[in-house]
Amino acid sequence: MSHAAAVADKSPSTLQGASLPRWSPWAIAAGSLALALVIGLAGGLDSKVQWGLIAGILFILGTFGIAAKVEGRRQAKDRVATSLVWVAFLLAVVPLVSLLWTTIQRGVKVLDVYFLTHSMGVVADSEAGGGIYHAILGSLEQVGLATAIGAPIGILTAIYLVEYGRGGLAKSVTFFVDVMTGIPSIVAGLFILSLMLMLDMQPFGFAGSLALAILMMPVVVRSTEEMLKLVPNELREASLALGVPKWRTILKVVVPTSIGGIITGVMLAIARIAGETAPVLLLVFGNPFINANPFEGAQASLPLYIYQQYSQSAGSTAAYDRAWAASLTLIAFVMILNMVARGIARWKAPKTGR
Amino acid sequence: MDISTQNTDTDDTPPPAAPPAVTAEQKRAARGATRPGDRIFLALSRGSGIFLLVIMAAIAVFLTYRAYLAISKDDANFLTTFEWNTSLLPPKFGIAVLAFGTVVSSIIAMVIAVPIAVAIALFITHYAPRRMSGPVAYVIDLLAAVPSIVYGLWGALVLVPHMDGLFGWLNDYLGWTGVFSWDDGAPRSMLTVGILLAVMILPVITNVSREVFRQVPQMHEEAALALGATRWEVIRMSVIPFGRSGVISASMLGLGRALGETMAVATVLSPDFDIHASLLNPGGGTFAQNIASKFNEATEFGRDALIASGLVLFVITLLVNGAARMIIARRSEYSGANA
Amino acid sequence: MAKRIDVSGLTAYYGSHKAIEDISMTVEPRSVTAFIGPSGCGKSTFLRTLNRMHEVTSGGRVEGKVLLDDEDLYAAGIDPVSVRREVGMVFQRPNPFPTMSIFDNVAAGLRLNGSYKKSELADVVEKSLKGANLWNEVKDRLNKPGSGLSGGQQQRLCIARAIAVEPKVLLMDEPCSALDPISTLAIEDLIGELKERFTIVIVTHNMQQAARVSDRTAFFNLSAVGQPGKLIEIDDTERIFSNPSVQATEDYISGRFG
Repeated sequence: MSHAAAVADKSPSTLQGASLPRWSPWAIAAGSLALALVIGLAGGLDSKVQWGLIAGILFILGTFGIAAKVEGRRQAKDRVATSLVWVAFLLAVVPLVSLLWTTIQRGVKVLDVYFLTHSMGVVADSEAGGGIYHAILGSLEQVGLATAIGAPIGILTAIYLVEYGRGGLAKSVTFFVDVMTGIPSIVAGLFILSLMLMLDMQPFGFAGSLALAILMMPVVVRSTEEMLKLVPNELREASLALGVPKWRTILKVVVPTSIGGIITGVMLAIARIAGETAPVLLLVFGNPFINANPFEGAQASLPLYIYQQYSQSAGSTAAYDRAWAASLTLIAFVMILNMVARGIARWKAPKTGR
Repeated sequence: MDISTQNTDTDDTPPPAAPPAVTAEQKRAARGATRPGDRIFLALSRGSGIFLLVIMAAIAVFLTYRAYLAISKDDANFLTTFEWNTSLLPPKFGIAVLAFGTVVSSIIAMVIAVPIAVAIALFITHYAPRRMSGPVAYVIDLLAAVPSIVYGLWGALVLVPHMDGLFGWLNDYLGWTGVFSWDDGAPRSMLTVGILLAVMILPVITNVSREVFRQVPQMHEEAALALGATRWEVIRMSVIPFGRSGVISASMLGLGRALGETMAVATVLSPDFDIHASLLNPGGGTFAQNIASKFNEATEFGRDALIASGLVLFVITLLVNGAARMIIARRSEYSGANA
Repeated sequence: MAKRIDVSGLTAYYGSHKAIEDISMTVEPRSVTAFIGPSGCGKSTFLRTLNRMHEVTSGGRVEGKVLLDDEDLYAAGIDPVSVRREVGMVFQRPNPFPTMSIFDNVAAGLRLNGSYKKSELADVVEKSLKGANLWNEVKDRLNKPGSGLSGGQQQRLCIARAIAVEPKVLLMDEPCSALDPISTLAIEDLIGELKERFTIVIVTHNMQQAARVSDRTAFFNLSAVGQPGKLIEIDDTERIFSNPSVQATEDYISGRFG
């Protein structure tokens, strides 16, 4: 009861919690920063990490000490917890801002219409020039084919699980869908690779699509399942009670009700596989020339292009610039997909009863 | 003190819908009602489910078969050898270094990411001003959406050059432990990889934890509040106990992601085939990184050997993810019983 | 120990929506005051303003004064955390901490406020459980989780938890609405005993219950849906149920009302 005792000499009340003014966290922060600077300069510490660390420790000690003195230990703990949570949040923002900033700043250097409409062709890694047309084309084809395979199977599986699924089969499908969600992308690539080794095949775009489809299916199943479960049972019963067969009930009532959410899920899954590099590296191999045929010959893809510009260029600035520009393109593509998907979810949201 | 336990709803999932106008269609549907339609549709959807099971089985079978082809010709112990020479005659290769590096980098990532992710999840659900929690959740979603190769590029070209200061400092003060000694090489080491992986798995852990914290029943939090608990005490008494298993499984999902991450490690790490005590000196390797970097020069036999290492990774991630899912499943039963 | 509550000119909001308007009343110490009224009339909201739980809801805001023995709960410098220690609360649905044992549930409030010796803690837990008429039923399983008890036992466990910190006032928000008649009776008996030590305010939907347990009754009403709730009258329970001074009260009590 130290809290009550500490307050007691100021007023007879037990409700009066002496509290620090609102600006006190900022003041303590500024104070500890200044003190850290002084200690750093006086002690001749030249590492900024050290300054930051000292400032951080001073801030936490200061907050705890001052709050414990004025408000009591429990409030002091509460304040320290609050500042730690804020610090964690700021820590997470730093890499994101740095990543987006660098990508944009360095990406816009060579990103222009020429870059988007030309392939690398015979441009050497150390030379400036060239573009990502071939990579965009390859990405679109591979992702498109993967979606054409993965989305229907995923949606149908989800329908099976929600509308029909009882018993052992449904249970094991559910379990293995969960397990599949966790498969590393490179393992999916190795699986297709082992098939190709058996059939003695050379890399081609569609092989990558198959691996991407494997990665896509569990994501689509999960999101579609969630959406179908949101459709109230009364709706299904209303339709069935009118003598509509089950499959038409599903196609005409259940799926249309949740179509917005299903599309959103598929688009988020596309956004995810569009950035996958590892399976494409194993199965599609990369190609500086335009190859529009996904069923024959090595192809390029956007994420693979970024990797190869980085790893095969021996530090050439021109290649790094191209890698950043391609990254910017890829991020833009993924972000736009994300935003459109969320937009659809909001726009196609089933209207509420009223 | 403004205690906001309100859960700002940022879900995109809309409330269940009212019936669309289906009467006209239903009449048509009723006329066209055919049992074969039902049978075909059921066959299609059940077939898709079975197809998924077949794929999983096929992955296990084919990887095992190719791995068997490779391991049966391995002249060294596959589990304990510090070497990866598949073109020698007889070939010698083993996964000891890869297993070590994969585990070490993932542990570093977890140690950094889990506390920060849990704190951010608490920030979104319990601390952020209401107007902020939506945008913050969105920022975390953005982090999740960035492709791993872009993280890799950023890690190699931005993060690595910025590690010198931290590494020098760690070496000065903790170098005597051996774990943090640094020979001034390029900081393309396990610690850098771990930090980058931490950034990458942060959103996974945050998002799952956030959902769990959001599900803490209001009445449990009010119970603590009514006893005169501060916000932190409410979290310790109601939120953390309720969410503990959820946070554990979230962390394991993040771990699964870190174990299998390929490109970010391949771009940042400067690998070799040895186990190093120091986390700061370059060297070591992970399963996925090794596959990506060795693949291009590998012969068919070399590829089989890489597949064998991939099989080990597959099994490890299966175990980790399976454990995470089991924890989640048990938890949902438990919370269902209390709802 | 019990304290008097003096409310004057209290208005509470949810965001821009005014939930209750201009309520003034006095709650006598060592008595039971019941709040009755139709759904949505703001009686629960009003109850939650008495220990500053209302502001926990997002957008929750309060104007006016609540004096606890001459001290305004809403004055500057008042710590809501200390307020809630002085004014305990029991909720509509029993809410023991699901991960804590029966013992830890009762001790939870004490542990927040500094360290106690094991024996001290055990004494308080026993006293509180006895005070809540639960001791005989649970003394052999204090280390079992509280969620394993029946609904009525859980609610008495919550009461034990609330009285363990020795509050001055005990607020009860429809404490029996989720319970069966026998558990309800047990709680009502308990309320009769507790009023010797605490100031008790109970919100109830059940008018027989109000008539059975309370000394004074306050009737709340709202003029239309969406309008703020108001205090119609507060008087001795006997008077309210036999000869209320406002027509609306009589209509409500005699069932001639919505």
